[in-house]
Amino acid sequence: MDSKDINPGTNNGWMLLFTVWVLVTVATLGSLFFSEVMGVPICTLCWYQRVAMYPLVLILGIGLLPYDPKVLRYATGFAGVGWLIALFHVLLVAGIIPKNVQPCVQGIPCTETHISLLGFLNIPMLSLLTFTVIGVLLFYTHRMEPS
Amino acid sequence: MNKKSIFISVAGILLLAFALATVIYKNHQSAQGTSGGRNQSVTERQGAPVKGPADARVTIVEFFDPACGTCADFYPLVKKLIDQYPGKVRVMMRYAPLHTGSDEVVKMLEAAHLQGKFFPALELLFNNQQRWIVNHVSQPMRARGILNGLSLDHEKLDTDMNSPGVSEAIQQDVQDGQALNVRATPEFLVNGRPLPSFGYKQLSQLVKEAVDEAY
Repeated sequence: MDSKDINPGTNNGWMLLFTVWVLVTVATLGSLFFSEVMGVPICTLCWYQRVAMYPLVLILGIGLLPYDPKVLRYATGFAGVGWLIALFHVLLVAGIIPKNVQPCVQGIPCTETHISLLGFLNIPMLSLLTFTVIGVLLFYTHRMEPS
Repeated sequence: MNKKSIFISVAGILLLAFALATVIYKNHQSAQGTSGGRNQSVTERQGAPVKGPADARVTIVEFFDPACGTCADFYPLVKKLIDQYPGKVRVMMRYAPLHTGSDEVVKMLEAAHLQGKFFPALELLFNNQQRWIVNHVSQPMRARGILNGLSLDHEKLDTDMNSPGVSEAIQQDVQDGQALNVRATPEFLVNGRPLPSFGYKQLSQLVKEAVDEAY
């Protein structure tokens, strides 16, 4: 591991991936804060996005210590699926996808949003934004790695 | 700093920030809860079903959904609390039909209430939840069938169900529930004060405190 540290490309790759890890950890803790501390109800679509987001904390964490660039492959799969679900959710909230296709039951409609920052940043929007940034960072890490 | 220590310290900072935010938020919440409680005009509704003496100085307001299993579980405790402090505690039931299909079922309850049969109807529905709730969705037709076991004017019940008075009462409860941020049932307010955290003990404790304060 120490010999790899000399390679500047690998070092930057680690830093980028570490940034992604910080991002997914903040997103994970943030979403847990909303649901467990503030008591905001969770709709089905949010759960699917959590399924894609939460494992990244562990997978990337393991891939960072010691650094294993192969973790990129696994992380990209999760991030991609999460991004697609987040996009669907945002379009649903925006009313672009008609409401009757929404899969939610039990009085927690996914079209209802609870938190709004700066007037447009609701939770699905935050999720899409986070998955997008994760995707971009993963892409740059990939370019940096010779593999 | 090597990678390992960067990783561990950042992880520690994030966890600490989470814990700190939780503590700050909880303190903020309880500070709001103790400052005089909630506005009575939102928590209580004239004419809502009440169990216990009218002049009791402690009022438990319960927002409930007849299809909610936890509401059914809490019901014996609520009754016990009324008996435990005779003449001092009453409970006011308010509708929060959050389950799909429950809006029809609460209409039946409110119509039964017009004939003074709210609590027998509620107990019947609570005790037979598995017979009229399928996969967390209320089946109003089945619920109506179960209520046939009550001795009351059934024709009147069916007409009252769809009367403007009944829907106004329910509408008021739903509106107040939204104003009070009721997102899950049962939601309890004891003399306007919400539970510090959800649970049987917390409810008993809050009622005990309110009784000690009022008497």
